[in-house]
Amino acid sequence: MKTVFQKPEAMTDVPMHYCPGCTHGIIHRLVAEAIDSLGIREQTIGVASVGCSVFAYDYFNCDMQQAAHGRAPAVATGIKRVRPEAMVFTYQGDGDLASIGMAEIVHAAARGENITVVFVNNAIYGMTSGQMAPTSLLGQKTATSPRGRTVEEMGYPIKMCELLATLDGPAYLSRVSTHDSRHVLQAGKAIKKAFEMQQQKKGFAMVEVLSTCSVNWGMTPANALKWMAENMVPYYPLGVYRDVTAKEGN
Amino acid sequence: MAKTLMKGNEALSEAAIRAGLKAFYGYPITPQNEVPAYMAEHLPLRGGVYLQAESEVSAINMVYGAAGAGVRVMTSSSSPGISLKQEGISYIAAAQLPCVIVNVVRNGPGLGGIQPAQGDYFQAVKGGGHGDYHMIVLAPGNVQEMADLTTLGFDLADKWRNPVMILGDGILGQMMEPVEFAENQEPVNVEKPWATTGAVDREPNIVNSLDIIPEKAEKNMQALLAKYEKIKEEEVRWQEDGTEDADVILVGYGTSARVARSAMELARKEGLKVGLFRPITLWPFPEQRLRELAKPGRKFLAVEMSAGQMIEDVRLAVNGVSPVYLSNRLGGMVPTPEDVLTKTRDIVQGRVN
Amino acid sequence: MPRGEVIVNKELCKECSLCVVACPHGVLGIGKTINSKGYHSVEAVAPEKCTGCTLCAVMCPDVVLTIKRKSPERK
Ligand SMILES: Cc1ncc(C[n+]2csc(CCOP(=O)(O)OP(=O)(O)O)c2C)c(N)n1
Ligand code: SF4
Ligand code: SF4
Repeated sequence: MKTVFQKPEAMTDVPMHYCPGCTHGIIHRLVAEAIDSLGIREQTIGVASVGCSVFAYDYFNCDMQQAAHGRAPAVATGIKRVRPEAMVFTYQGDGDLASIGMAEIVHAAARGENITVVFVNNAIYGMTSGQMAPTSLLGQKTATSPRGRTVEEMGYPIKMCELLATLDGPAYLSRVSTHDSRHVLQAGKAIKKAFEMQQQKKGFAMVEVLSTCSVNWGMTPANALKWMAENMVPYYPLGVYRDVTAKEGN
Repeated sequence: MAKTLMKGNEALSEAAIRAGLKAFYGYPITPQNEVPAYMAEHLPLRGGVYLQAESEVSAINMVYGAAGAGVRVMTSSSSPGISLKQEGISYIAAAQLPCVIVNVVRNGPGLGGIQPAQGDYFQAVKGGGHGDYHMIVLAPGNVQEMADLTTLGFDLADKWRNPVMILGDGILGQMMEPVEFAENQEPVNVEKPWATTGAVDREPNIVNSLDIIPEKAEKNMQALLAKYEKIKEEEVRWQEDGTEDADVILVGYGTSARVARSAMELARKEGLKVGLFRPITLWPFPEQRLRELAKPGRKFLAVEMSAGQMIEDVRLAVNGVSPVYLSNRLGGMVPTPEDVLTKTRDIVQGRVN
Repeated sequence: MPRGEVIVNKELCKECSLCVVACPHGVLGIGKTINSKGYHSVEAVAPEKCTGCTLCAVMCPDVVLTIKRKSPERK
């Protein structure tokens, strides 16, 4: 028999600290698989952010930098501009990217910075134990929206792909989900594409990956996947929001 | 090489490029705008990257990234912008990344004004951001030193894997003086085996400041503090003049030292025994030498463009052996030699206590 | 002979059951043995049904599962 599935080389042997069933782990593996399949591990410099994925630097088997909360796109810019031959990616949560780091991500996108951004949207602040995120859904109960998010008090959730798609800078914007195996496979393709964009020097590429936080959502991991499919996917429509290579007609 | 007439901000920029600068990330603010303008004009044509960031916060984090990737990198700003950079500076110090940060100080607090001042002394030498760390802080006193200390700053940053701040002010940045650059200066190429350059034939490198296991974090802190102790031993720099026989020693850095020197010259003409002590490294502060100079009967006068900041370090150094007085102006006002002379006379004649 | 084989690195399993739900053939189930982290690791409760489709491994957040499959040409 032939091995058809195993841990990718771009992941270390360090056991991940994530809660049982946390889809951060799936997304890590997809990033590592993309790196392996493009054969770019030795060129890759990853930037970990602040959030549950802060230890990503221990899990990816490539050079890594750890950035301050929200600043990963600026750190990645600093690296990519002086090492244009490197493949630079950031891995950021929704609090990191869509709240405290909004300026950094918008400007990196507007500049068409030639980096790959993996944006993990789990509609909550995981690491600090379940506060409302900029992407928390209306009505969603969190530690800091105990009666549910209301428009009057907290305004609307932010749709990052749609927002960045108003800019001319991005080359690739795509939203994918991890709620079942079919969607995970699609997510893997999108992440690989986002690295290929960088390889081809097309410019800024971001994949928004819908992800669960069963612990802070107060559900079993399997129910969290269901909740995500039924509540997040309708509000955050999946699909490609920008693809400059499609325009070119390949 | 022949001397050329240059503004302090331009001399500093030219020196940085000659030191092998590979990237400059900045954000506009007066009175340092000549630095990014010079960089934008020259750096891309001489093998480097110039990028105007969206904020000082982003600029300093770009510096973090590039420094972590192993190149010589720099940012420049003025007081309000430097406040915004503090988060990044703390991370840079913790991750032990070499870089040069220029602060062309203006008067504050708040938005303050755009006039020269020295009110960022505490912020520069006592931390500024969160946690136990130090930058090496260099205080140029003229345009030539704006250049020379920038060159030195890059060398010290690499030698110690530590951020270095050039603490200037609006006068030093804007004034023109003749300046000379070394002929055929070769940028020193320091090996950086820790940098993230791509993990080819080696284990991955990690640039990081996170330390959540207390036992390990304490050990790492002790290693950092040991480094700071070595810097204190090896890198203290100062200049002194007429201190041997002095009854009063004027202590000042940067523009204040220029004023103090004129005051000393006037005082000497009057027959007063006055000396000048000019710290060049503000951190590490030349406390040892000041301690040696302190003796009963000798007095110190701190000259500042701040509300009495550096004077605290002078007092700590002399440790009660000599009295220490203050002559200062605030709000972007620059002290005159006459102001300082008047205070010196008062001290000599025992009219202040 | 089953067409596929799922190998479980029991030490890494966190008992989240995502693989159990993902498997279309009911190959996996939460087992009785406890690993050093205190989790009941999954195991192949019906190994003979495994087709080597990898869908369980695709959903595992902790890269616990390695999958082998008979190569079609050897059939
Ligand atoms: C400047 C700063 N502010 C706040 C924090 C505390 N903090 C740590 S993680 C986090 C939120 C992370 O949430 P998210 O980005 O959504 O990632 P997740 O944990 O959900 O994966 C916050 C606010 C910090 N580390 N630094
Ligand atoms: S808190 Fe949420 S996001 Fe963080 S590891 Fe646990 S499940 Fe994942
Ligand atoms: S998905 Fe992975 S961690 Fe979860 S039960 Fe299955 S093997 Fe264990």
